[in-house]
Amino acid sequence: MNVALKQPSASANDRWDADPILTVEHLTMRFGGLVAIDDLSFKVGRGDITALIGPNGAGKTTVFNCVTGFYKPTEGRIVMRHGLGGQQETVDAVTASGRRWHISDDQSVFLLERMPDFEISKKARVARTFQNIRLFGGMTVLENLLVAQHNPLMIASGMTIGGVLGLPSYRKAEQEAIDKAVYWLEHTRLIDRADDAAGDLPYGAQRRLEIARAMCTGPHLLCLDEPAAGLNPRESTELNELLQFIRETGTSVLLIEHDMGVVMEISDHIVVLDYGVKISDGGADFVKSDPRVIAAYLGVDDEEEIDVPEIKADVAEMEKPARKPRKAPARAKAVAKPAAKSAPAKSAAAKTAPAKKAPAKKSAVPAKAVSEIKVKDADKHPGAQPAGTKKPAAGGADNLTRISGIGPANEKKLNTLGIWHFSQVAAWKKAEVEWVGSYLSFAGRIEREEWVKQAKALASGKQTDFSRRVDGGKVPSSRTSSRRTSGKGGKA
Amino acid sequence: MAAMRPNGGPAAKNSMFVDSLKDSATAAFLVAVLGFFFLPLKTDIAAGGLAITYRWPLWISAILIVFGGRLLLNLFVFKAKTPATQFIGDKLSGSSARLPGLGRYLGIALFGFAVILPFFFTTFFPGQQRQYIDLAILIMTYIMLGWGLNIVVGLAGLLDLGYVAFYAVGAYSFALLAEYFDLGFWMALPLAGILAAFWGIILGFPVLRLRGDYLAIVTLAFGEIIRVVLLNWYEFTNGPDGISGIPKPTLFGLEFTRGEGGFADFFGLEYSTIHRFIFLYYIIFIMALITNFVTMRLRKLPVGRAWEALREDEIACRSLGINTTNTKLTAFAIGAMFGGFAGSFFATRQGFISPESFTFLESAIILAIVVLGGLGSQIGVVIASVVMIGGIEMLRNIGFLSQIFGPGFDPVQYRMLIFGLAMVGIMVWKPRGLITTRVPSAVLKERKKIGADMVAQGEGH
Repeated sequence: MNVALKQPSASANDRWDADPILTVEHLTMRFGGLVAIDDLSFKVGRGDITALIGPNGAGKTTVFNCVTGFYKPTEGRIVMRHGLGGQQETVDAVTASGRRWHISDDQSVFLLERMPDFEISKKARVARTFQNIRLFGGMTVLENLLVAQHNPLMIASGMTIGGVLGLPSYRKAEQEAIDKAVYWLEHTRLIDRADDAAGDLPYGAQRRLEIARAMCTGPHLLCLDEPAAGLNPRESTELNELLQFIRETGTSVLLIEHDMGVVMEISDHIVVLDYGVKISDGGADFVKSDPRVIAAYLGVDDEEEIDVPEIKADVAEMEKPARKPRKAPARAKAVAKPAAKSAPAKSAAAKTAPAKKAPAKKSAVPAKAVSEIKVKDADKHPGAQPAGTKKPAAGGADNLTRISGIGPANEKKLNTLGIWHFSQVAAWKKAEVEWVGSYLSFAGRIEREEWVKQAKALASGKQTDFSRRVDGGKVPSSRTSSRRTSGKGGKA
Repeated sequence: MAAMRPNGGPAAKNSMFVDSLKDSATAAFLVAVLGFFFLPLKTDIAAGGLAITYRWPLWISAILIVFGGRLLLNLFVFKAKTPATQFIGDKLSGSSARLPGLGRYLGIALFGFAVILPFFFTTFFPGQQRQYIDLAILIMTYIMLGWGLNIVVGLAGLLDLGYVAFYAVGAYSFALLAEYFDLGFWMALPLAGILAAFWGIILGFPVLRLRGDYLAIVTLAFGEIIRVVLLNWYEFTNGPDGISGIPKPTLFGLEFTRGEGGFADFFGLEYSTIHRFIFLYYIIFIMALITNFVTMRLRKLPVGRAWEALREDEIACRSLGINTTNTKLTAFAIGAMFGGFAGSFFATRQGFISPESFTFLESAIILAIVVLGGLGSQIGVVIASVVMIGGIEMLRNIGFLSQIFGPGFDPVQYRMLIFGLAMVGIMVWKPRGLITTRVPSAVLKERKKIGADMVAQGEGH
């Protein structure tokens, strides 16, 4: 969505743009009413190590399950390419034809969303590992690696018939399969345990075995779901070396990882998800300093004060009287390109912007002009900036932390936007909600936590379950005691 | 002080005895109350109504038996520091630790005995040779069925409660092919196998999406459907009347009949009915050996490894590019094919078949053989078949029991009870079957056995 974010680092000649092995385009996955992934697009460069990161529940594993065929995506296209280049014409031709793939000697294209899971591994050559290790515990380490070579061995055994008759060609193929298994056992340092049951191995060894098993399928793209989970620092370092070795053998790697040490050290390209939406995309250095990434990782916990310098600087800057807003055309151009969704949202915002009962003032003017507060990058967020006032109305600001989902840090940020009262929040429409969601870097959360509904109740003097707990002192709040007394943190 | 010696001193021992007494008294009291209207009071039809007969000694002896039995159990098993039954358990689990090493020699010894078995009986038991060889044929049939089912349940881990359906398909295929097309045993045998495999695939399709208990229930239903169809399609299968006059197998055209052109005449032997039994024995023996050979071979082939992998983790299989649908279907089809062969043999041996022979009890017995033997273990199936089928038949020959329990006592009547007790005993002491270790199908340096605790059981267990 926020392609504007990419601009500092991502240019058109990034490797993953020029030669993607996998492209995920407008991927949406809904489970009933829950939108786990919302219009996600990213590319995985050939020969890169690409990391998919994000807080818990961001939808990373769901993306994996869509890519490897364990889930059928609700919408979107996932294209796997063998051979150089984007092959856009072939991709479009295959998409239009209704076929699942186009295979030729040097260039092949696979539409993964149309393929069943086992064919994705067999034909498109995408291998994966699992977050909770899934080995064949009752089989030996060697057997695990032979099972991974099922398809070539099946052909060599003449679909079993030649194998039952004991043809020599099968024996040769089996010996080759064992050699390949030994090769990967040596590289994962499991060779001494080749004849032990996989379930007997210690945890770290099981993780390595799962990677070795995936590599034995001969993948072009290896998807690893939290390979470093539960590893000690030494094992993590070894994992880094193993992954770099895998990349050198010509296999691209896509990994989900929480261990930032692993991610930042080895990744060529990082895609950050939060609540099913991509919030950042670029090289390690770019992502590391992206304030939205930091907010997603650290700022979401509203009960804590933010002490990240970047965010503080961000907030401080916003508190300064802002300069003139930019011209609209430039903004429209920037937004029109990336995502189809934000454009209609914008026009909708323009229509609904005259807030019904914005109690602050000036209800007939378009939303952008309503706010007395000028935010530097207001244009970059979809939707419309909500109306804000420089000072709270007489009687002081409301304790916004009585809304479930707004903590002291976010209250402070809202205050810098000129949002002081429940009635202001209550007046938000879809456009404002979208804008604030994007501004606070947690798109979707405002709807989910029903801030507007809560605010309406609180504005009319009612209580919510959460506000009772705040008032009762059970939840940390910006005000220490009752409703309108201003205390620590309420000064902003 | 008492807390400091939890199990040791006389005080603890004393309290254990008192506890046991209390517990036994409670049990005896319950028997006294529950049994009051059944044991001591008996109504008989007498002139002018019912008369009550009193049987106080029976009631009191029942109470005393329960009290004494419970007390002994309490003292030596339930509350004892080293339960007496632990010895049995140790012995059994100890034997399993030794058995794999023994397994090879045991297998060779059993094989050797099986080869010479008919001549062993004709030489040493000339009086009962026919009975024993017939029993050996029956056991061998169940071994073959067990090995066939072992592919589905033991290797692929798909619990099949309707395996007898394929046995029935094989038997009826041969019987009907012989009746309508006049085919002989050797012509019909492969066709019966193919038809059974075909039915295996038919069953496989609806079952593919099912897991766990649902899978077991559908296979159970399938087994019953086949039987009910055979029972009710009167015009085609002759319904409950069955099909008789099924042809006997020939040895390269030689029939086992008296007179000109028969087996005995051709080889210049004196005619004897036992020749045919010996011939039948070798047919099923070779068929069983083929089953075993193919299963052992398949285990070392990609398809067999895929079956075992499927039993361990289906999702991981799919992530490795294994088509789990086809893999399950091959397991069902190959298992069913061997069931069909065995069914065909059953039909020719009996000369008569009816749906009565293919009830759920047969499925249960075959499954029990596989489970008791140890899922996936070939030698375990042999041991379990010998014990279960041979053991039950042996009950017929135990004469001394009727001397104890009176002339009306028929031990065979109690075979299901004994069967059940044996199952409970095995499940208590050897929950994973007699042979629990798994032998790897591929070895790099050293062949190591894999303990049962590592091996998954698959769906429906």
